[in-house]
Amino acid sequence: MEQLFFIGFAFMAVVAAVGVISLRNPVHGALSLIVCLLQVAAIFVLLRSPFLAVVQVFIYVGAVMVLFLFAVMVVDLRRVELESPFNARGIFAYILAPIAVIEIFAVIFVSKSFDAFTTVATLPTKIETLARVLFTEYLFPFEIVSVLLLVAMVAAIVMTLKKGRS
Amino acid sequence: MPSIDTLIVVGVMLLKVLIIGGALFCAPLPLTWIERKLAGRIQQRLGPHRVGPFGLLQPLADMIKMFVKEDIVPAKADSFLFKLAPILAMAPIFAIFVVVPFGPDITIPFIDYKVSLYITDMNVGIIFVLAISGLAVYGLIFGGWASNSKYAMLGGMRSTAQMISYEVAMSFAAVGVVMMSGSLSLVDIVTSQSGGFLNWNILYLPVGPLWFVIFLIAGLAEMNRIPFDMPEDEGSLAAGYHVEYSAMRFAFLSLAEYVAMVSIAVLLVVFFLGGWDNPLGSLIPILDYVPPVFWFMGKVGAFIYFFMWLRFTIPRYRYDQLMTIGWKIMIPLSLANILATGMIKIYADYRITDVLEMVGLKLW
Repeated sequence: MEQLFFIGFAFMAVVAAVGVISLRNPVHGALSLIVCLLQVAAIFVLLRSPFLAVVQVFIYVGAVMVLFLFAVMVVDLRRVELESPFNARGIFAYILAPIAVIEIFAVIFVSKSFDAFTTVATLPTKIETLARVLFTEYLFPFEIVSVLLLVAMVAAIVMTLKKGRS
Repeated sequence: MPSIDTLIVVGVMLLKVLIIGGALFCAPLPLTWIERKLAGRIQQRLGPHRVGPFGLLQPLADMIKMFVKEDIVPAKADSFLFKLAPILAMAPIFAIFVVVPFGPDITIPFIDYKVSLYITDMNVGIIFVLAISGLAVYGLIFGGWASNSKYAMLGGMRSTAQMISYEVAMSFAAVGVVMMSGSLSLVDIVTSQSGGFLNWNILYLPVGPLWFVIFLIAGLAEMNRIPFDMPEDEGSLAAGYHVEYSAMRFAFLSLAEYVAMVSIAVLLVVFFLGGWDNPLGSLIPILDYVPPVFWFMGKVGAFIYFFMWLRFTIPRYRYDQLMTIGWKIMIPLSLANILATGMIKIYADYRITDVLEMVGLKLW
């Protein structure tokens, strides 16, 4: 049953991801990216991590994509749609993409089973466990990441400051 | 083949979804009537009084009008997104009610079957509410953009900026609630406040009232009602993101706004007013026989009345004032309040009843 749901969500996610790179209208592309992220959130639920799923929706779909759309909307769409989607860097993509695909299939075939849910069922699902680990064992990385984000935030503000004004 | 018990559980859940969904779909009908009657009373006129007794059938007449009107899609609009936007505005707000607890578990007499008055109790309930309600903003973005009209586009941008600004303050207020109640599950948040109004989060002194005010103001902004109803601000822009919508699609957008009002009222009650908790505890024994759902509905109704009352009482803010309030007052205030709540939680985690008990006063 879970396998069935997983295949459904995964299939939708891949279809949406293809949509992101193939649709010519950037707003439609953004919509497919939203669909893709929601499917990934659903897969997180199947993997018994509702917290990750909800945070995925909260941060990526609720905040990051909104800012994405803000930026996309002020772009002149007609010019973007007429431009060729391929450019000089395409040659690297033609080399790297098959390698990545071969890699994925190799991992699938080498690994013992295709069943994603055998090990997951035993993991703890409580948020208390997650919080405890995050704030005791992994406190140092957590703080480092927080400081990094703060620095990035300050940088973003500094970059938007107008020159010549103090 | 799943067992019969599983089927019963799924059946009961589907039934609950149908009842709640149906009730929410129908809620705007009485609510518009109440709102217009109230507007009439406040402005010293009659309000609707032609269709049916006391104008009670007015919403039905309006609905028929909305159904039979021509549904216009602008020629240069992105017709797929234009049609999708009202659904995107509506669906997330309905989804909030998946985790809302309306009352404690009840046992159906005769067959002795226990039914919980919520669809599901998620252990991440409060983050789910914030995440899902944040998705409603896509209705505004896509609606404004897909109309291919400058007014709708600017209106959509303006409303989006408003919603994401106040979402920050709202999330901080939710963090405050989690700190006061010590749980992310909405059912646990309600049970942590049980035992009379002195135990409610709004009276978790000294930080509770401030969280309540922050959540209330952010909620008003999130549901686009006065004093933050930018989409309807015809003084600076010709309406907002919905300027190109007509007939049923427009009706869906206003339905979404009404359900959003109900959802904010429900969240305020769950987070700060103890959900289904009896305000007087067992001080007056006879009140114990009142079903808890009644208290819940009563509190929600009071908030909805309050929102309507506000609408006809105070003017709307200018856009820059709205942004100043959001970023320069609400967010610093909530950051300071988080710090204060944390300190109180560590050093003096008392509710009023605890203090009263310490001085030897036991109310109930």
